[in-house]
Amino acid sequence: MADLIRILASIFLAIPKGLATTFKHLFRKTITIDYPRKPAKFAPRYRGLHYLTRYPDGEERCVACGLCAIACPSDCIYLEPEENERGERVAKLYEIDEIRCIFCGYCEEACPEEAIRLGWEFEFSQYDRKNFVWTKEMLLENFDKLEKGRAKGFIREKKFQFRAEPETYF
Amino acid sequence: MLIPIIIMVVKVLVIFAGLMTCVAYMTYAERKVVAHIQVRKGPLFVGYHGLLQPIADAVKLLFKEDFTLAGCNKIIYNLAPLVTFIPALLAIAVIPVGDQITVAGETTNLMISDLNVGILFIFAVSSLGIYGLVLGGWSANSKYSLLGALRSSAQMISYEVSLGLSVIGVLLLAGTLSLNEIVKAQSGGILDWFIFRQPIGFLLFVTAAIAETNRIPFDLPEAEAELVGGYHTEYAGMKFAMFFMGEYASMITVSALAATLFLGGWSGPILPPVVWFLLKMSFFLFSYIWIRGTLPRFRYDQLMRFGWLVLFPLALLNTMVTALIAIL
Repeated sequence: MADLIRILASIFLAIPKGLATTFKHLFRKTITIDYPRKPAKFAPRYRGLHYLTRYPDGEERCVACGLCAIACPSDCIYLEPEENERGERVAKLYEIDEIRCIFCGYCEEACPEEAIRLGWEFEFSQYDRKNFVWTKEMLLENFDKLEKGRAKGFIREKKFQFRAEPETYF
Repeated sequence: MLIPIIIMVVKVLVIFAGLMTCVAYMTYAERKVVAHIQVRKGPLFVGYHGLLQPIADAVKLLFKEDFTLAGCNKIIYNLAPLVTFIPALLAIAVIPVGDQITVAGETTNLMISDLNVGILFIFAVSSLGIYGLVLGGWSANSKYSLLGALRSSAQMISYEVSLGLSVIGVLLLAGTLSLNEIVKAQSGGILDWFIFRQPIGFLLFVTAAIAETNRIPFDLPEAEAELVGGYHTEYAGMKFAMFFMGEYASMITVSALAATLFLGGWSGPILPPVVWFLLKMSFFLFSYIWIRGTLPRFRYDQLMRFGWLVLFPLALLNTMVTALIAIL
């Protein structure tokens, strides 16, 4: 009998309550992100594909100090320094293996020149593992693309604030 | 002589086609409604808002490999889906979808067959579907299938009793077993609907019907968390689809029956009777999905206890009280 009363109570109180809740949900705005058809939204501090920044005059910022390679927990950065014609230290080779990379962002934290950054690009699948090594030129190109997009008011870029711009640090 | 036959064939074709369309779009509606309950979007890509999804699914299932299991009993394995599917379709034959109409001088009821024992026929035929589940589960020679089949037979037999008893109240008040007569007994207006004279009978019927059609929260036979898929674990392609079409067809039958018995069937003002019937039926079909999106699954012992210790005594009590009142 106690069972009966308990179950009847649940039928007449709890179940209608649950049904009302789900009925309300029926008319909520769905939270599905229609990703491949519409651009994805990112958190402002999303860590995606790396890029190497330049000074406004086009000079690359990296001085090949190697702190990023040391900070890197997955050892995915390889770089070799050289001197340019003005006797400044620049990177001869700067390679990031994006398969090894865990996108922790330690490299950008370690970088004293704000040269290596993590961007918002994440659609960089390749058919061959070898193609996942991003060279210095490709990383600089990422930055150029980003700048171009920013100049055009690229939609994806407009949705969030950049992290502290390199310029604001000095 | 010829005209009645043509009318009959047309009725059969229209009701069959309607039922199959309902089955197909019930799957779509279910996916869509459950998705929106979970704040998702559901099928979206095939056709306008995924409206062609059932067709895409059917094509996919038709092109699946029709394999036969190594350890199975081939004849029964292949037969079981049909045994589930066909009774589910048969039961719709005695449900009136509309008022009498006169075509080419012939007056005909909008139902395939106006049996004077309509309800008994539905119960008899829809119970046959259990054989399909049991045989399908057994013939596949797999423990998950067998367990699912055993559960489903135990469950369906338990709830069949309450389902039958819950209807007796209506039968006592209407004084007939013919569904057409039952509809006519309720056609006086909304207060004549048996839902108001048999509220407990209505609740019992709906609950037992959900259990009878193996739907959440009574979908123990499928219990995908424990039994992989239950009786249809080892099925694929169109045979698998057959089980599901059978399940959806029996859902539609039960909804139509509930609308007929408790909500006055096709009777209603202004709109044509068929529209009223479809509206009332879709209300029950929506409730099926709605309940699926709301309630969690019962445990097996809870299911049995609920069936025998709650539903069954209540149904008996309801029958007794109704009988007393009907006599007085």
